[in-house]
Amino acid sequence: MKFEHQQAAHCESGVISNLMRHHGVPMTESMALGLSSALSFAYLPFIKLSGLPLISYRMPPKAIIKGLLAPMAARFRFETFRSPEAGAQRLDALLADGQLVGLQTSVYWLPYFPPNMRFHFNAHNLLVYGKEGDDYLISDPVFEEPVRCASADLSRARFAKGVLAPKGLMYYPQAIERKAVDAASVTKAIRKTVRNMLAPIPIVGVRGMRTLASRMQKLPSGDPRSVDFIGHVVRMQEEIGTGGAGFRFIYAGFLQEAAVLLDKPQLQQMSERLIAIGDGWRAFALKAARMVKGREPVDPAALADRLREQAQQEETFFRDLKAAVA
Amino acid sequence: MDLDAVPQEGNATLDGHAKLMYARDAQGRVVTTRSRGWEAEEIVTSHAVDVLVEQAQAARERVAQGLASPLEYWMYERRMDVALLSQTSGFWQWRVRRHLKPKHFAALPEKHLARYSEALGLPISTLQGLP
Repeated sequence: MKFEHQQAAHCESGVISNLMRHHGVPMTESMALGLSSALSFAYLPFIKLSGLPLISYRMPPKAIIKGLLAPMAARFRFETFRSPEAGAQRLDALLADGQLVGLQTSVYWLPYFPPNMRFHFNAHNLLVYGKEGDDYLISDPVFEEPVRCASADLSRARFAKGVLAPKGLMYYPQAIERKAVDAASVTKAIRKTVRNMLAPIPIVGVRGMRTLASRMQKLPSGDPRSVDFIGHVVRMQEEIGTGGAGFRFIYAGFLQEAAVLLDKPQLQQMSERLIAIGDGWRAFALKAARMVKGREPVDPAALADRLREQAQQEETFFRDLKAAVA
Repeated sequence: MDLDAVPQEGNATLDGHAKLMYARDAQGRVVTTRSRGWEAEEIVTSHAVDVLVEQAQAARERVAQGLASPLEYWMYERRMDVALLSQTSGFWQWRVRRHLKPKHFAALPEKHLARYSEALGLPISTLQGLP
């Protein structure tokens, strides 16, 4: 199969934009993120990863793919399997058919990941575009070049258990009726993101950030578990799936595309403001990392203050964004 | 973030790979560029890895002293905890905890060992000892 791999900042937006482009739809990663209203914030203390709460800066897995279905008038097939054997058989059959197939996998069981990046995180996405001997040919969007993976390893990664278990999930398009993005869907998508970010729910959007800030405020500064918690917040932000600052910069790119598509120059200014907010998240990450490293005294209250500051800025930002597309 | 502020600090945890990042160019456009990594990421990732390595190391000592079963060592070595090992092996958490004790682990039948072997991706003979 002739397939063009393009690196992306985030796995799911990367997978879906590469897949769309393969099927003749010009789609940037930022457009995929924006159009699916995937930018978000959620603090989910009842979902634990190694005993620490899940903090997400985007909508749950599959949301980007599903969010593009309506605007592109597309139909996708999603399949999960009871047994690894059935999953492998189906994947091989689709590849033999010339299909480009998206998969959800664990990160830990993919041997091509650098050893220090291999954690049990189950919501990674990648594309399979062929098989040679026992190796699958994989376009993993967070890597510079396509990679290979032995079938036994891929099978383990697809059927890993635990939080967000992929159950062998695969997906591929059955039809993509619309080949260009229209202005009305962009406006609708922005409104939805605004609604999510300003939702009156304490664990979502800017309120979620404030709840996380209160949780952080309560961390005892002398406890090594506090350092683990702080490090975890930064990892969820910067490392696992690009995180907070990364997503904000990608969304800033989307707002620039939207400014042209909707002929609304004010969105260009909104993009500038979001870049500044992203920089704030990065400053927060750097300060937190210094505490983890012991270069600065551990001060959870100071970090909590910064988080509240970010929440405040995002609240104003999304209010203004709402007005800009009204 | 401006294009020239994109970190190129050679994050060791990336093992030579580069990430794609979005930043603003001189004309104010958001463009993509490759980054060799950021110190802040390296710190928090290494910290997470170190915590796991320390847990495995502590478990290894407990096993040597006869206070824990080799399963505890391998659980941490595979970057898991009791909750995750319970989910992947299908044993209740209290049973996993019980199997972390040498006496109960030694009495495990082959079929139970096989479940741990499958969950951890290691042969049974490896599970029964330390490396």
